[in-house]
Amino acid sequence: MSNGLEELKKTFRAEAMELLAALESSLLELECSPGNQETIGSIFRVFHTLKGTGAMCGFDEISHFTHEIETLYDMVRCGKITPDKELIDVTLAAGDLIKQFLTLDESSTGELAEQEAGLLAAFRKFMPQEASAAPSGKTSGAVAPGAPPVQAKQVTYRVRFKPFKEIFRGGTNPVLLLSELRGLGDCTIAAHTDAIPDIYEMDAEACYTFWDAILTTDKGLDAIRDIFIFVENESELKIDIIDNGESSLGVLDYKRLGEILVEKRELRREDLEAVLQTRKLLGEMLIEKGLVDPQTVEMALTEQERLKQIRENRLKIESMANIRVSSQKLDKLVNLVGELVTVQARLSQTCAARNDAILLSISEEVERLTMELRDNTMDIRMMPIGSTFSSLKRVVRDLSIELGKQVELITDGGETELDKTVIEKLHDPLVHLIRNSLDHGVELPAAREKAGKSAGGIIHLAAAHSGDHVVIQIMDDGKGLDPRKIREKAVKSGLIQQDEQLSEREIYELILAPGFTTAEGVTSVSGRGVGMDVVKKAVDALRGSIHIESHLGYGTTITLVLPLTLAIIEGLLVRIGGDHFVLPLSLVEECMELTGKDISRHHGRHIADVRGKVVPYIRLREHFMTEGARPEIEQIVIVNSDNHRIGLVVDSVIGGHQTVIKTLGKVFRDIRGVSGASILGDGSVCLIVDVEKLIHSIEKEEVAG
Amino acid sequence: MSKTIMTVDDSASVRQMVSFTLKQLGHHIVEAANGMDALKKMDLKPIDMLITDINMPELDGISLVKKVRENPAYRFIPIIMLTTESQAEKKQEGKAAGATGWIVKPFRPDQLIAVVKKVLG
Repeated sequence: MSNGLEELKKTFRAEAMELLAALESSLLELECSPGNQETIGSIFRVFHTLKGTGAMCGFDEISHFTHEIETLYDMVRCGKITPDKELIDVTLAAGDLIKQFLTLDESSTGELAEQEAGLLAAFRKFMPQEASAAPSGKTSGAVAPGAPPVQAKQVTYRVRFKPFKEIFRGGTNPVLLLSELRGLGDCTIAAHTDAIPDIYEMDAEACYTFWDAILTTDKGLDAIRDIFIFVENESELKIDIIDNGESSLGVLDYKRLGEILVEKRELRREDLEAVLQTRKLLGEMLIEKGLVDPQTVEMALTEQERLKQIRENRLKIESMANIRVSSQKLDKLVNLVGELVTVQARLSQTCAARNDAILLSISEEVERLTMELRDNTMDIRMMPIGSTFSSLKRVVRDLSIELGKQVELITDGGETELDKTVIEKLHDPLVHLIRNSLDHGVELPAAREKAGKSAGGIIHLAAAHSGDHVVIQIMDDGKGLDPRKIREKAVKSGLIQQDEQLSEREIYELILAPGFTTAEGVTSVSGRGVGMDVVKKAVDALRGSIHIESHLGYGTTITLVLPLTLAIIEGLLVRIGGDHFVLPLSLVEECMELTGKDISRHHGRHIADVRGKVVPYIRLREHFMTEGARPEIEQIVIVNSDNHRIGLVVDSVIGGHQTVIKTLGKVFRDIRGVSGASILGDGSVCLIVDVEKLIHSIEKEEVAG
Repeated sequence: MSKTIMTVDDSASVRQMVSFTLKQLGHHIVEAANGMDALKKMDLKPIDMLITDINMPELDGISLVKKVRENPAYRFIPIIMLTTESQAEKKQEGKAAGATGWIVKPFRPDQLIAVVKKVLG
């Protein structure tokens, strides 16, 4: 390292000597033609360069000395000072002094101080009166003298960074700026990605995203501004102080969500007040009404939460009993475990290839521990569904009174545990379903008695484990679904053709279609046609499925089948061409070969013989438009979903695979037949096949064809 | 991660100082004495970032930035200009030409490192 520095000094010395030689000749030239601007300019530049480069190469004396001369020659350049012989003499002497600075080693430069002071004094004589005082203050400008001593207080800021679309063109990477921001203190950042268009309309070189951050730091406002200094004119930057670090005795609660949004000008006060008239959670309603996007609400809630936390900490209220862990930390843990599982798969793969007994046994041990860790982590996230059930009791009670019905909710299996995220996302669909049962299912007491039933209806809500799934059933003893009525409505609203042949079950499933309603009038409870399709969407998002059974006059049973967790599934890894895909193992029944002989036996139709039963198949190679020729012997993976069996033809079956599910992101979310992605042991990406959607699409094609 | 950074300056000591500082971060450094030299050298070996002076013979810094941005391979790389206090207006001129940011000379090694980290990661 010191070698590099020595080298640097050597180079500077040589360069400075050249500059000084040039200076000398320029000065002599100036003596002959005093007014020559070009010569004056080159003199100025010599001092300018010596000052700048000198400082960078560790020649502080030179830098300091030349600073004042530079200032003086800047004035000469501007015509404020006329150069005369005396000035030229002093400047020549200054050049000699610099040469001495350069040649002497650093320890002895002190001897030159006197000379330096003398020369500087001589230079100052040339300065106009008012200017001569100014520069000396400037030289040592490290700390502005007027600045008050800043006490390092933890201040919380709200920062909005909205780069212009063209920001990438200047070579700026906004993510780096955000990570710099994160480095200033405790920071939560949310990205607003709503403006990202469809992939086909997207300009890949444009920035569509903007960010909101909540930052708690003692570094001050300028430190935040400094981060964005290069993009000042290419972005919108808004920084507000939302907590000034002053003690806030007694005021734990921060502003309400609505107030935050109004203050941020995301929402008009009138709109807020109109919305406040009704009684749901404010955030949900704002999103539903399209006044504010979900990320904005999320961010405002984060702000609220953060401020509350900060103030709580300041008041040193510490809960002593259980360890409360924020679900964010838990999410992070799950993510890390996911990554670990991926790396472990890679390790196993590598070890298997090495054929090294010792390595193999270590890798097996790692595998065992990883699985244990994975199960434990998943277990931490498990929560009994009972808390959701009890909140539904209240819904039923209130609604029965409103509708004049007598309905009792009986719950079963409240202790059944499910992933926390699943439970949270399940709450709304369950409320919808219960409301539907109450409104459409259970009849009024008089009608029930007429039908020979007891006046009071019963809704039975039950949860139970079934393999790696949880089954939730909502059973009512109401009037049941009328397939004829549903059919009529579906034809009327154009969901199906007049002559379309549908099984009873398929007809029931029509009520899950968007915009479907059989209710004669719209009540406050249900009947707007929003509901069942929303439920379906929510359940789909949880990778679950809905089944409807009904007996006219006796009631309806709606069954939700949900995965235990959203993070990891057991998968079957297959290969098609150069690509890998994962099929959810829970749906796979068996694998068999598909040879040319089999194909010709069925005259090229996509049908296979599975133990005497005919099963249609999809060739995934064709579905995903994989390039290249297919192998002579292919494999059929028989999958079964909802009692529909179909075959998926792949090039080869590789084997079981612990699949850590990664979402595909907004841009790819609507791609048919793919539900997510995962990372393989070698780091490459594989796609997770959405078997249920595939089965659905093959059925549709059959009906159409 | 090690990146290739080009430093363009007619002053050898500035180049050397930049080079010396950034090598400590593990980066690979290519030096060029002026804009023309820079264009030639970045055609031979791809670079990940450019640090250029403004006043240089042959091809000045601002023209260099414009030319570099015309090359599709370099449309999005970070470019830092070395300016001086007296060249405040050059910052915006440089930004308009396509520069990512600037450093005011004289600068200390830690300032240079901070800026490189800011734009290169």
